[in-house]
Amino acid sequence: MELTRRDAAAALAAIGATGGVALGVRRATGDGGRGGAEAEPARDGDGTPGDEAVREAMTAVARTVYPEAVSGLDAFVDGLLDGRLDGSAHAEGIRAAVAEVESAARSWYGAPVADLSPADRDDLLREMGADVAEENPDGTTAERVRYYVVNELLLALYASPTGGELVGIENPQGHAGGAESYRRGPR
Amino acid sequence: MSGAEDASGGRDARYRQTGDRARGDVDRTPVPDTDVCVVGAGPAGALVADRLAGDREVVVLDAGPRFDPADRLARQERAIRPFYDRPDVWDVGGERDAHEIAGDRPYPLNHARVKGVGGSTLHWQGMVMRLHEDDFNSGTARGVGPDWPIDYEDLRPYYAEAERELGVAGASDNPYAPPREEPHPMPAFEPSYSDSLFAEACESLGIAMHSVPNARNSEPYDGRSPCVGYGTCQPVCPSGAKYDATVHVERAEERGATVIDRASVRSLEHDGDDRVTAAVYATPDGAEHRQTADAFVVAAGGVETPRLLLLSAADRYPEGLANGSGHVGEFFMDHLFAGAGGTLDEPTRQNHVGFYTSACDQFYDEADEAQAPFKLEFFNYAGPSPVETALSGDDWGDPLLDQLREGYGNHVAMGGLVEQAPRADSRIALADDRTDDHGDPAPRVEWSVGERALDTIERANEIQVAILEELGADVEWVAGPDATGPAYHHMGTTRMSDDPDRGVVDADCRTHDLDNCWIASSSVFPTSGAMNPTLTIAALALRVADDVEARLSAQT
Repeated sequence: MELTRRDAAAALAAIGATGGVALGVRRATGDGGRGGAEAEPARDGDGTPGDEAVREAMTAVARTVYPEAVSGLDAFVDGLLDGRLDGSAHAEGIRAAVAEVESAARSWYGAPVADLSPADRDDLLREMGADVAEENPDGTTAERVRYYVVNELLLALYASPTGGELVGIENPQGHAGGAESYRRGPR
Repeated sequence: MSGAEDASGGRDARYRQTGDRARGDVDRTPVPDTDVCVVGAGPAGALVADRLAGDREVVVLDAGPRFDPADRLARQERAIRPFYDRPDVWDVGGERDAHEIAGDRPYPLNHARVKGVGGSTLHWQGMVMRLHEDDFNSGTARGVGPDWPIDYEDLRPYYAEAERELGVAGASDNPYAPPREEPHPMPAFEPSYSDSLFAEACESLGIAMHSVPNARNSEPYDGRSPCVGYGTCQPVCPSGAKYDATVHVERAEERGATVIDRASVRSLEHDGDDRVTAAVYATPDGAEHRQTADAFVVAAGGVETPRLLLLSAADRYPEGLANGSGHVGEFFMDHLFAGAGGTLDEPTRQNHVGFYTSACDQFYDEADEAQAPFKLEFFNYAGPSPVETALSGDDWGDPLLDQLREGYGNHVAMGGLVEQAPRADSRIALADDRTDDHGDPAPRVEWSVGERALDTIERANEIQVAILEELGADVEWVAGPDATGPAYHHMGTTRMSDDPDRGVVDADCRTHDLDNCWIASSSVFPTSGAMNPTLTIAALALRVADDVEARLSAQT
């Protein structure tokens, strides 16, 4: 099932960013938040990553935490981050958590997370504890990675129409999918 | 705005008559020559203020903040994300909201309220039924509790007006509802797919189903959007389709009222002629102010209203203001939840919306001394919400999707509300050794429930289980007498009575002891019925406003 930028816009409308129109404006002007479209990707794993580095890492993590059945991850995650990397404290939390994932990837696997094999990415996130941690924006590394990286991506997917349809609900909680679908029977 | 942790609470803004909404330049000083001071900017206070503001100088004081509408999506994210508890959605908690629980049963007070402009309508479900005629005569008709000093007919025109004010979507298909004079302002929401499954089972059991009135727009109304299906009605509606009291706060301000947020009223002062003279309030800068007025309307809900009266004790009123009867704080009531649910072997299409569309009032008026009135609800949000489940699992990828598919899709559930009879030992008092952020004694909740309500929960459960079994469901849970909890409807703590020895306010909701003080709140309910209270709160608030206006006019 193909995820689209429309799904990303729907997810943003659900979870708190400006949505489709502003997405277009932001892309057109290159105003991508602190890093900006022209920002240098962070490469040493110690500093706060710029937008492109965050996008690469988040897309890579999405390939692990999203089911096989979804495609179109690049555009979806890109669209999501267009809205979420907006200079807010939350955006800084995403950057900081991505930096920790990158740091662990380089230390333990000798490569950025985007370059790891699917199995190594899965192992990395589990070794960080992000699978069993409860999300917490102010918690341990595992809890922050769960909050800002893993759950950020899962929230966006499963609050979107395409993600909902994977489970069997085309209007999932958080998505403004109208007041008609609840009346329809199963298809 | 992005990220749930950025929903930082209210922005400082005070709307003076000039319409100045500039932030960071908040004037929280008292307004001179005020006619009416309202304590509390929830639905009751907002409706009173709106109704009086055109002709009177009105000031509304609220302990909580003015929430920024732009934060609602972030608050919705808090509602979905597992890190946040329900009180976090609207920034409830901390020293401001300190309290003590001391009754037979636990009472999660900070789950049950929102402080701020809009009050608890910010997180309410939005169900708006009228009480039944016998609810006003419970003593005579059912042998339980006192009769109200007013009848359904006294409130009937105000109910109709309240339905227009809030915007109610409803239909006239409920044969058990009290008489009404006109259709609801909006058409009812159509029944859900799962309602159609329940309908077959109910029909074979001879149980009626009918629509249910929602304070939620089924079409554009009053400049607000129709429901767009976010599915998080309780605790937050990002679209504004669900009514909340910011509607009337804003209208009151447009009509000239002044609303001061983050103004905690600590006490009411009085003179030697049994009149309230000032509301003493604290502001975030540490200052203390006195708002004087000719009339005072306390609209702070069923917990903070009696607390404020008790905190206002003085030499002339040593047991608390307006407490000549000794009943301030007593008879604390809530509605008891009764429910059951399970799974079918077919899809049930749950969690698309956060409200229900069908109910059953068939058993309500069977009530007598042994059985309380109760109503039944057919849920549209049974079982897990996939997105919430996804965030708290311990796996991802395909295994997570498999878990979500297994967990979602075939749940059904019913709920119900049961009346509890008023008891003097169920009450709101002042805590002995716990204080709020101003050093004032916090409220102590002593909630206890009698056998009649617990027996009635069992009766409701029997019907619910019978329906579910007829439906072919595998019944997996029953919320019976041991598992019941409150519906977060605080009632009864400043009860209404014609007799000053038996109640705190009279039939006009004016305190017996103080001539210029009214209470607009479910705290005046002598008995509670089993219907969600907000429409009755709204109707009483409109009636209070009329009485305040009439008495102020008579003075001039």
